[in-house]
Amino acid sequence: MKKVFSCLCAILMVFLIAVPVMPVASAKDYSHLSGTEINVYNWGEYISDGAEDTMDVNKEFEKLTGIKVNYTTYDSNENMYNKIKGGGANYDIIIPSDYMIQRMIEEDMLEKIDFSNIPNYVNILDEYKNLYFDPDNEYTVPYNVGMVGLIYNTKMVTGTPDSWGIMWDEKYAGQILMFNNPRDAFGITQCYLGIDLNTTSSEDWHRAYDKLKEQKPLVSSYVMDDVYNKMESGEAAMCAYYAGDYLSMKENNPDLAFAYPKEGTNIFVDSLCIPKGCQNKEGAELYINFLLSGEVALANAEYICYASPNRAVIENPEYSLKDEKILYPEPEDMPKTQYYHNLPEGLLTLMTSLWDNLKIEGNDDVSIYVGLISFTAICVVCSVYSFARKKKREKMY
Amino acid sequence: MNKKSSLAQKLCTSPHIVWSAIFIVVPLIMVVYYAFTNSEGAFTFENIARLGDYTTTFLRSIWYGIVATIICLVIAYPLAYIIAQSKAKVQSTMVMLVMIPMWMNFLLRTYAWMTLLQDNGVINGILAKIGLEPLHMINTSSAVILGMVYNFLPYMILPIYTVMTKLDRSLIEAAQDLGANKIRVFKDVVFPSTLSGVVSGITMVFVPSVSTFYISQKLGGGSFALIGDIIEMQFQVSNNFNFGAALSLVLMVLILICMAVMNKFSDDDASATGGMMI
Repeated sequence: MKKVFSCLCAILMVFLIAVPVMPVASAKDYSHLSGTEINVYNWGEYISDGAEDTMDVNKEFEKLTGIKVNYTTYDSNENMYNKIKGGGANYDIIIPSDYMIQRMIEEDMLEKIDFSNIPNYVNILDEYKNLYFDPDNEYTVPYNVGMVGLIYNTKMVTGTPDSWGIMWDEKYAGQILMFNNPRDAFGITQCYLGIDLNTTSSEDWHRAYDKLKEQKPLVSSYVMDDVYNKMESGEAAMCAYYAGDYLSMKENNPDLAFAYPKEGTNIFVDSLCIPKGCQNKEGAELYINFLLSGEVALANAEYICYASPNRAVIENPEYSLKDEKILYPEPEDMPKTQYYHNLPEGLLTLMTSLWDNLKIEGNDDVSIYVGLISFTAICVVCSVYSFARKKKREKMY
Repeated sequence: MNKKSSLAQKLCTSPHIVWSAIFIVVPLIMVVYYAFTNSEGAFTFENIARLGDYTTTFLRSIWYGIVATIICLVIAYPLAYIIAQSKAKVQSTMVMLVMIPMWMNFLLRTYAWMTLLQDNGVINGILAKIGLEPLHMINTSSAVILGMVYNFLPYMILPIYTVMTKLDRSLIEAAQDLGANKIRVFKDVVFPSTLSGVVSGITMVFVPSVSTFYISQKLGGGSFALIGDIIEMQFQVSNNFNFGAALSLVLMVLILICMAVMNKFSDDDASATGGMMI
């Protein structure tokens, strides 16, 4: 009898575990969506794609629902924003970060999500609801959470750095990688200088710009997704990048280490949103629901290595990164963090023009002028010579 | 009869004219429109006034373009001559070899150069194996120019090669019969008659080199921003279409001026040599 009871218990357990894991979308009939398409626009390396025996999330979704997923990627919020703002493309799902969501809501670029189509929203932890950019939970569903930190190569860096200051250390000239997007590059500079990340004083922005200019001769290159290649191959000694990506890099280069600098850093929440002008809202909501279901969210969390806002992942005993202190620091180790907020129009223009100025700065200016002047001189000499020769010849005949 | 055929001609060419109007002329007008307006659509000279800050970037683009074009020419001219002189079978193989890299996407090829040139990349790995000092190659201006030369070299070789294959051998023989030595034959016969290929080669290398953007980002590490990079940034990061359009407009004008100057030179030379040959 006891055996039967434990058997029953086991079966019950299996069901209890399996229920939240199964895509709950089955509660609603979505067969009419079969054969339609959704266009998903996501960050690079930001979904489990079937590499190395992981789950191919998009393929699973297609198999389950018959909806075709057209998947494309971007590498910065600004790229994504400009593409959508320019009206060049229609997407059904985008995954911007907090400050960009705030901007897009302000500019009326996002659709309200029908949460009755997303029963799996119960999986989202309460601390990631009602965030500043979407106080009433109308437009967004959190996808990943992360912080920016310092990634360095222990073979090339001496000691254990604990300050952003190391990225301005001349000892490492030519081995430093810097963000190739203005918001993050200014962000860590502001952290280092102790300036508020969302400061509205233009003087503060100029101070950060001067600091970036000071750093430029030391920077090997300004990177986004290239960072993987450069850090994994030992091409650069350090970079500032997103914490989760460190875990992916470390798998390929065990010499890498990570630190949250004492000056504090940026925290971000990337959320699933549906932009205005989407063609298949119901399909998009089904996709969001699918991403939130336990099994899929776990596969994504394991693949992307970012912190998950999903209860079904955090509480899953199979989740291998659960004890990863970089993603889930103990409250006492938690670095000082700040969110980016959307900047007012005038400051945005200031920031991008300062960024432009930083980028056009070169260290070969003299050689350009010398080269161009000597080239023009040679051209002039040649043409004068050929002209003179022509004249002489005309005289001869 | 005559009228009818001209009508037929018109009908035949009209699709092309409509196509060019929609996809070439209209975009050009839009570039000009954007360049002289602000984000609200009001007329302004602000974008043009801001261009002065970017003088160095413009000059850098032009200088790199010139250097890349000259290197391409120096490599391509003898190569085209050698190809044109070889047997038909060898010729087609060699032309094939020139073309094959073009089958692969240009972004991929540039990315591959990044892996080759890195401080612990393939080339430095080989140097270390044979006991030589490693070289610092990536993130230098030479790397950017190398990228340009590599990517645009076929556009120099092919036009020159085409002209060379059409070169009339009897002209060379005639010059030799008249007692010209090898240098004289080359200077007065071969080079002038292949000049049209050289000119179109220069155009086809110089224009894309000046306006290129990806190469300098990947091989220059962001320290050698070219005007193409700045234009790309206006559209991708800064969301300032108007200033981006102003930059593009200036770039177009600069290229047109360069082309006009060069065509003037080549016309002069051609008429001069033409006169000589008569």
